[in-house]
Amino acid sequence: MKVMLIDDSKTMRNIQRSVLRQIGIEQVEEACDGQDALSKVTAFAPDLILVDWNMPNMDGLTFIKTYRKIDKTTPMIMVTTEAEKSRVIEAIKAGVNNYVVKPFTPDLLSQRINETMSKCAA
Amino acid sequence: MDAGYITPFVKSIQNVFSMMLQLPVTVNAPELKQDRAPTHDVSGIIGMSGDVIGTIILSFKADTAKSVVTLFCGEKLEIDSPDFADAVGELVNMVCGGAKALFTDTKDVSISCPSVIVGSNHGVALPSDVPCVVIPCQTDCGDFVIEIAIREAGAGAGQAAASTSTSA
Repeated sequence: MKVMLIDDSKTMRNIQRSVLRQIGIEQVEEACDGQDALSKVTAFAPDLILVDWNMPNMDGLTFIKTYRKIDKTTPMIMVTTEAEKSRVIEAIKAGVNNYVVKPFTPDLLSQRINETMSKCAA
Repeated sequence: MDAGYITPFVKSIQNVFSMMLQLPVTVNAPELKQDRAPTHDVSGIIGMSGDVIGTIILSFKADTAKSVVTLFCGEKLEIDSPDFADAVGELVNMVCGGAKALFTDTKDVSISCPSVIVGSNHGVALPSDVPCVVIPCQTDCGDFVIEIAIREAGAGAGQAAASTSTSA
């Protein structure tokens, strides 16, 4: 499985990459904001995208709205500090399949990844 | 400052540090910052805008910051490396994001991308018309503080979101 990590924090990308490694996912592409992700996503063709909300240049919500115009099916999980219910609803309306609030435990993130992949495969 | 803005930060600090670092935090009584003297060596800074405006600063002594970042990243980083600043920025980002979620049920508040200052005994200048509350925190890695200088938009004059750094 191929996963794209979009987060402006290298620390957070490293933490997420480590969780992915623990569940056997080694093919990972990283992007530092929405613009960077748009320039890489077609060539990489990920099976899953983990995307932060607050990023410079292009935020996660804008990336999701833009990407959903060209790809309606690739599962996306928003991983963000934005925890308000209104934000979760906004992200789901934009096209994310699941939502993880930072801080998170490795178990929680891997659980959300597994449940998202199962749901989208069904 | 509305005391209701303090408790969310206390809860969020403890939540972030216990979940991401497995590091319990003892929070001491908040106090009003009386002077604008330089505080620490490493500061993560985030601006709030929207219905609540102002600045949040997570500030450490260098040794404490090094220990905390090592726990967070799982490796030792040089204090002057970009990755070190990135880790401190992400910590303050999570603390502020968690806190605002606890007080913004009826408020629309956004947080900025974090800025990080690394420099011995630096100060962060805040608008003089916004009171700054300091929350002292103790951990096994050392002590640190979170400084909260926020107010409801329209509740006072001045631009609380503006902050500048000064080195001593």
